[in-house]
Amino acid sequence: MKKIILPVLFGMAAMGVSAPSASAATLDDVKAKGFVQCGVSQGLPGFSNTNDAGDWTGIDVDVCRAVAAAVFGDASLVKYTPLSAKERFTALQSGEVDVLSRNTTWTMSRDTSLGLNFTGVNYYDGQGFMVRNSLGVTSALQLDGASICTNTGTTTELNVADYFRANNMDYEVVAFEKADEVVQAYDSGRCDVYTTDASGLYAQRLKLTNPGEHSVLPEIISKEPLGPVVRHGDDQWLDIVKWSLNAMINAEEMGVTSANVDDMRNGDNPGIKRLLGTEGAFGEAIGVSNDWAYNIIKQVGNYGEIFEANVGPDTELGISRGVNALWTNGGLQYAPPIR
Amino acid sequence: MAAQEPVGDGAETARVSLLYDPKVRALVAQVALILLVIWLGYSMVNNTLVNLEKQSIASGFGFLGTTAGFSIAPTLGTFIVDYAEESSYGSAFYVGLFNTLLVAFIGIILATIWGFILGVARLSNNWVIAKLSTVYIETLRNIPLLLQIFFWYFAVLRSLPNPRESVEFGANIVLNTRGLFMPRPLPEAGFGWVSIAILIGLVGTFFMRRWAHQRQESTGEQFPVFWTSVGLIVGFPILVFLVLGMPLDWQIPELRGFNFRGGMVIIPEFMSLLLALVLYTATFIAEIVRAGILAVSHGQSEAAHALGVRSGPTLRLVVIPQALRVIIPPLTSQYLNLTKNSSLAVAIAYPDLVSVFAGTVLNQTGQAVEILLITLAVYLTISIVTSVLMNWYNAKMSLVER
Ligand SMILES: N[C@@H](CCC(=O)N[C@@H](CS)C(=O)NCC(=O)O)C(=O)O
Repeated sequence: MKKIILPVLFGMAAMGVSAPSASAATLDDVKAKGFVQCGVSQGLPGFSNTNDAGDWTGIDVDVCRAVAAAVFGDASLVKYTPLSAKERFTALQSGEVDVLSRNTTWTMSRDTSLGLNFTGVNYYDGQGFMVRNSLGVTSALQLDGASICTNTGTTTELNVADYFRANNMDYEVVAFEKADEVVQAYDSGRCDVYTTDASGLYAQRLKLTNPGEHSVLPEIISKEPLGPVVRHGDDQWLDIVKWSLNAMINAEEMGVTSANVDDMRNGDNPGIKRLLGTEGAFGEAIGVSNDWAYNIIKQVGNYGEIFEANVGPDTELGISRGVNALWTNGGLQYAPPIR
Repeated sequence: MAAQEPVGDGAETARVSLLYDPKVRALVAQVALILLVIWLGYSMVNNTLVNLEKQSIASGFGFLGTTAGFSIAPTLGTFIVDYAEESSYGSAFYVGLFNTLLVAFIGIILATIWGFILGVARLSNNWVIAKLSTVYIETLRNIPLLLQIFFWYFAVLRSLPNPRESVEFGANIVLNTRGLFMPRPLPEAGFGWVSIAILIGLVGTFFMRRWAHQRQESTGEQFPVFWTSVGLIVGFPILVFLVLGMPLDWQIPELRGFNFRGGMVIIPEFMSLLLALVLYTATFIAEIVRAGILAVSHGQSEAAHALGVRSGPTLRLVVIPQALRVIIPPLTSQYLNLTKNSSLAVAIAYPDLVSVFAGTVLNQTGQAVEILLITLAVYLTISIVTSVLMNWYNAKMSLVER
């Protein structure tokens, strides 16, 4: 017994000294293990949620699949880690996930002091309020004295405090760690109001006993640009995730879809040729094959396609493009050119 | 040990090299071990700092002074700290700390009382009472605590009415999904005398008990200690209060808009967490109490009965004091368990230390290392203080043994 104590201690000491360092190349790790480990929510319809077959779907999930398509040429090589709002940053910082794609708001403090970098915006959102119709409330300014259910560790908690203070209204906040408990508590009448990102309100409303008895108030009280996040200090991996999303937005702008991508590849539009890798060596520049964007669009789709399939008007959520339309259609989605 | 044994001829033993001297070897090994532990600790701290720096993650304790910006549900903690959104992360820490201490303190008291009742009931000669207690203990002890917390929380919530249909208990006490609302006492000038009266009552009781004890030792005469104590601690302050013309006002909660405002409120999160902790921990305490009572030999009570002591005093003066010596040590670990289990509060939004500080504050600042260190230190301190107090009590109880 005594004999093993010393070696064990030495072993622990050695581990202490060689603790994992941040600068390891994520791309090499990902290639070595053969899949992308992606941090997602614990179930937010339209963004990251499991379907009846047990597969993850959603607009955030499609970002992960795009990254896998760029790295491996196979969008299915992704493993998912469901994370609560509270756990998500630690999971990314500690290397438990390679990319965090979990309806996460890009804020300055998260970008600068957590050792993380945001790579873009896959959904422009804003915070809203949901109430029971029976309360007869039509504006957020009538919420003086209300009880408000929300998630801990979110921008939501801070925005609601700002909003009520700015408007000189009283309120009581009840903050849960897991989204499912927020929904249950609101559903059982603990709170008058449920607040989170407006997209989240539409998604979570589907989980209520009588979704028809609740409505979302018109006020949007914050900017919530949601996007994928990677660890600080690995620029190559940052580039891969950033350009995987940009490729999807550029593809929509150029009219390249998963259906016509093969025809387009044989066309002679130079912009499209650069995107799809028949001209230039853009893939090599970020450490992947040159047909990276072709694989993304063929297997996952362009931005418009993933929007329509997951959150668009024809889905349960029924959200219109709004600010998420391309800049050419008066929206905010705009990707730098591939050149 | 072995070094002193003369093996073979004495001359050889003296010549044994230092390398084989067990004492020297033990000393060297221990020094090496200590150095190793220190180096291990140092390299861990150093590593953490270097890696945080390399990943450009903020570190240090400066964040405790910055504005929190989030709100916390109304609880004892927010009341004591006078917490508002403009308060600092440091104040948020105190809110969490007080809320943890509150639920642990009340939980320990109630679980002890309920546990003693259950433990005695399980030993009862009444078949129904004994079996009821057994079934209760065996069921609740074997269901995970987190499930029980959820059960009570959602069971409580779903059965409570909304604020407009509140249950009224009279005396301005109302109950609804937002909590139990009560009038808040607002002391007026002169109320300080009542507090002083309570203090005098407490001190008086202490001396009265000593006197009564001594008198009984020397003369055998008994004194109504209990009722005199009640009179001193409760009656006397009430008298002062009445004489001064009742210098106390009440802030009554009233329904305005969505909810009751003013007064005091106990939120449902607190009620259900407390309920779950007490009902669960009491089962373990009951078993400890049962074991303690069974450990006192039956001859003790028989001897007491033979001397003509009635059943009540036998239990109080003969059995319990001896049982306590067996009960206290394991009871301490149940108290520690209850305190640590109170961190499950995070699941149902009771703003305890883990929820507010190791949850919200951690997430808003991202300073996981510092915050978890502080949180660990707090739980460690609470546990050590509890143990020290209980050990002191245990020592005091053992001295009674003659
Ligand atoms: N965008 C906000 C809020 C994100 C958030 O956690 N929203 C909740 C409510 S919509 C959620 O994702 N719940 C799903 C889950 O926890 O799995 C942030 O980044 O802080």
